[in-house]
Amino acid sequence: MSPEFSNQTRKKIEEILSRYPQKEAAILPILHLAQREFGSISEEEEKLVAGILGIKPIKVREVVSFYTMFNREPVGKYHIQVCSNLSCTIMGGENLIDYLTEKLGIRSGETTPDKRFTLTTVECLGACEQAPCMMINFEFYGDLDREKIDEILDKLE
Amino acid sequence: MEEKVLTKQFDLKNLHKIDVYLEQKGYSAVRKALQMKPKDILEEVKKANLRGRGGAGFPAGIKWGFVPKDVDKPKYLCVNADEGEPGTFKDRYIMSHNPHLLLEGIIITSFCVGIYTAFIYIRGEYEAIALRLEQAIAEAYKEGFLGKNILDSGVDLDVFVHRGAGAYICGEETALLESLEGKRGYPRLKPPFPASIGLFQCPTVINNVETISNIPHIILNGAEWFLKRGLPKDGGTRIFGVSGMVKKPGIYELPMGTNLRDIIFKHAGGMKEGKELKAVIPGGMSAPVLKADEIDISMDFDSLVAAESMLGSAAIIVIDQETSMLDVLKLVTKFYSHESCGQCTPCRIGNSWINKITKRIAAGEGQRGDLDNIERLASNILGKTLCPLGDAAAMPILSLVRKFRQELESHIKIE
Repeated sequence: MSPEFSNQTRKKIEEILSRYPQKEAAILPILHLAQREFGSISEEEEKLVAGILGIKPIKVREVVSFYTMFNREPVGKYHIQVCSNLSCTIMGGENLIDYLTEKLGIRSGETTPDKRFTLTTVECLGACEQAPCMMINFEFYGDLDREKIDEILDKLE
Repeated sequence: MEEKVLTKQFDLKNLHKIDVYLEQKGYSAVRKALQMKPKDILEEVKKANLRGRGGAGFPAGIKWGFVPKDVDKPKYLCVNADEGEPGTFKDRYIMSHNPHLLLEGIIITSFCVGIYTAFIYIRGEYEAIALRLEQAIAEAYKEGFLGKNILDSGVDLDVFVHRGAGAYICGEETALLESLEGKRGYPRLKPPFPASIGLFQCPTVINNVETISNIPHIILNGAEWFLKRGLPKDGGTRIFGVSGMVKKPGIYELPMGTNLRDIIFKHAGGMKEGKELKAVIPGGMSAPVLKADEIDISMDFDSLVAAESMLGSAAIIVIDQETSMLDVLKLVTKFYSHESCGQCTPCRIGNSWINKITKRIAAGEGQRGDLDNIERLASNILGKTLCPLGDAAAMPILSLVRKFRQELESHIKIE
């Protein structure tokens, strides 16, 4: 079945469209809403967004494939994104990526078979004063070590 | 005179809420500005020598002055809150702690230039901060500081938050415009400059969050006051973000021109126990590295250029002796080969090859001539790309190879 936005989201989209003199400018905000509602943006979601904006689906693909935050494949319930940039690495971030790989049994870019966790290494998250840091979905966690990671993961539902 | 300006009230609880902000005489700069003539505001900002805090250091007043006066098209303000330069996190603090200060700056800038619509382009990962900005904007509308006929002045302004989606290049101003228009973030050929043809082909001002946040203080206290907080050619304070192997990483708002050694050893508490300083990146990852004996330097735009580095976003990354410079080089080249938008061949191919060669050295398979090749490739990127990302990659890479050649060579075993 083709995906459809909820009524609430459709209202939000109307409001977003009114902000810009050109419809296409609303693509990033609408894609963010699509990802929140459907989890990822595959061909079907691209068509849906293209329909709203009155553009060809390939135009949506061009945008989706450029920005790293859009998941073109489904991700787990918890998307763990660990910073692998300089400040975090100086402060031991590389060991934490190894630790998460070992703990979850998946490498960067993979999802656990129970679809609970996806692990991704990312570039600077803008929280260098709390290095090493990571994001789980949109929650930031900093000053990490192994114990803290255990604690954070244990607390997840 | 070490007086804070932008971060002065950061400890105040709930400063992000408008009632607390108003108790602190918030929005008095807007009230004052709306009584002024736009040209007098522009004159004051020009006199203040407020240079762009995003990285390039271009004087804000001069940038605004480039916007044509009599055009029949709308004009736009884009606030650059993309904050993607590795090591940088200062704008996050301003937006989360004091969003109304930024809004005041936006209102004054828009009034000065004749703008009715402003967008805050914020990096996608800062979802919570985007939400906070939207709440602050809603409060400002409610109190009559935004929307139609602001404080009965006849001035209108709408402000919208626009989230990016994970692309370093969108911090480059013309890539930001493309992204805001709903396209891939490919930088544009300049000229034309955004001041004449920018967002939706209309005249556009693009300024960084910290730059705009200085405007209310310049209006309230005057250009002279502002200049006293910095240097004659480089007014105001700067928010230095310190990260890496120091005791107290964080933001430090200090006068422009503060000594780098003092920032690291006095303000940020010095090196972590038992760690020894090896190198410092003084202005975000794009800034050429300084060796431990090169850090007695005034942190301002011109002094760092003279030292063949860059103040950039004033993000200071402190590297200790135990950190391998090969790892640093590997991370720098990984970042730029990942973030190159792919438009210009020297940047796309050059960074990719530098990254491959560096990884080969790290895998213990370095070859004679590898470092020369990296230097050659990086030199071929320099100045040969549409946007500054090419230089931003080549400059730190060249500095690492030239200043730490011996250490890097030690990883290459030549049979």
